[in-house]
Amino acid sequence: MNRKLVKQKSEYRWIVERAGAMKVDGVIFASEALIAGMDDKVAEQVRNVAALPGIVGASYAMPDAHWGYGFCIGGVGAFDPEAGGIISAGGVGFDIACGVRTLHTGMKVGDIEGRREQLADTLFRKIPAGVGSTGRLKLRPAQLDEVLANGAPWAVEHGYGLPEDLRFIESNGRVPGANPAKVSDLAKQRQAEEMGTLGSGNHYLEIQQVVEIYDPKTAMIFGIEEGDLKISIHCGSRGLGHQIGTDYLKSMGSCAKQMGIELPERELACAPLNSDVGQSYLGAMRSGINCALANRQILTHLVREAFDEFQSSASIRLLFDVSHNTCQEETHSIDKKPRRLFVHRKGATRAWGPGHPGLPAEYAGVGQPVLIGGTMGTASYILVGTAESEHMGLSSSCHGAGRNMSRTAATKQWNGKDITRQLAGCGILIRTRSIRGVAEEAPGAYKDVSEVVEVSHKQGLARKVAKLVPLICIKG
Amino acid sequence: MDEAFAEAGKALMAVIGSPDKVRPTTQTVITCQANDPEQLFVDWINALIFEVAANHQFFLRFSVTIRNGVLTATGFGERIDPERHETAVEPKAATYLMLEVRQQPDKSWIAQCVVDV
Repeated sequence: MNRKLVKQKSEYRWIVERAGAMKVDGVIFASEALIAGMDDKVAEQVRNVAALPGIVGASYAMPDAHWGYGFCIGGVGAFDPEAGGIISAGGVGFDIACGVRTLHTGMKVGDIEGRREQLADTLFRKIPAGVGSTGRLKLRPAQLDEVLANGAPWAVEHGYGLPEDLRFIESNGRVPGANPAKVSDLAKQRQAEEMGTLGSGNHYLEIQQVVEIYDPKTAMIFGIEEGDLKISIHCGSRGLGHQIGTDYLKSMGSCAKQMGIELPERELACAPLNSDVGQSYLGAMRSGINCALANRQILTHLVREAFDEFQSSASIRLLFDVSHNTCQEETHSIDKKPRRLFVHRKGATRAWGPGHPGLPAEYAGVGQPVLIGGTMGTASYILVGTAESEHMGLSSSCHGAGRNMSRTAATKQWNGKDITRQLAGCGILIRTRSIRGVAEEAPGAYKDVSEVVEVSHKQGLARKVAKLVPLICIKG
Repeated sequence: MDEAFAEAGKALMAVIGSPDKVRPTTQTVITCQANDPEQLFVDWINALIFEVAANHQFFLRFSVTIRNGVLTATGFGERIDPERHETAVEPKAATYLMLEVRQQPDKSWIAQCVVDV
């Protein structure tokens, strides 16, 4: 990034100064190295968001920020409906409520020694993944509406999981205010056979080993010990969410024009929260969130079935489930006054600090688990939310590594079979239906997730608790 | 413009997998309507994404006719076979990023946009 676009305020905090139509400053959290690697477009998109009606506080970019559609990936922006604030489909993204769920297994690495291939094959058989894959559930429109209204509790009520799972999911697995009637028939048709599927691209299910503990006290409360086997699932609302994004990007584009909202990019399409289109999107987007939460719940059930078939002593329990593409209604302290805001996090993770009333009782003393996915060849991290993150960035943190290379460039540089062989040599088993997909997702095509996590930690957006490395990766 | 849209459809299929491995055993009719060519292009690409996602179709080629803002197309393809079609990634949506539909001085057409995958 051109340094003239930002002013360094502290080691990891850079300001895009308010100018022109901007209503607030932009704030980018990054190290010197990360700023140097960021595209100029990140600063431009931070500026554009800062100019949207009703924005409060600042337009933020997390350490893994990169050029997105409308909002940058890693962008955070909060809007006040009482001040003309907007909601933007481009501020949530197409993969509504894409997120990470991490599961305990109650097992250590030694428990699968000599049987890793068998476990990988069992999971690969059980988890529908890749282009064109379908789930075992075939839902009629009325049944799908129940999923969209009720989220993960619907899945549990229908035998996919345990009631105690729900406490460890954001919003207990169901955001209120979903309105399935505002989701198009096309979106519902796209989802009819996709419940309980992983998807493709950067989505995955990993068996991971905890290799390092940074914060023993919090790790103990989260139930993490060195050598533990954990499972992480990264996926979202599948075709339903993608179609909601498509539908509302179009209708919001027309709405913004009618309302006289100037959009520097069409992907910034938005509507006032207090408008018909804004309320319709809110109802549809919340349906998308519930769809994603139900989807990860069904996948958890399939994981349990796989471990039963594998004949292990596993006890699969949730550590946490958090989405990183959402717009959530939250109360934040702005200028020492509580304000009801709609916080867009696009490629950014909510990171509540200790004492937040939304946390499960077990975690109330330390803060929310923040689950950061890496690549199939590097590491993932578990962090914990901090109290100071509230005033720094509306309790937000990074979400992952972020690509540094296009898929086309990656396939020119790497061969999927070679990558699979190299990773197997490092003890990482890949199972996929797409060898080309492995090349496109090569670890080298991503930024260094450790640097991103380190900046979040040192800035205090969230603090490091544990590092996990993959042993088995089911690629979407 | 008709041919540019048809070629863009083939380009989308190449993002998903290997369209040259597709046997044209089915014909799917697709229609879209929009006031401006750029919106029509986004709608066209999104219609194809829907056919892939909801109806599991994968296409070898397209015949496209655009008249007065109405696009009528036939896609020649078959049901997705992930192994034979070497599928890699499912597209989420057409975006407005780098969206352009225009005729060049040599009368050829450019039709493009970034697709989110």
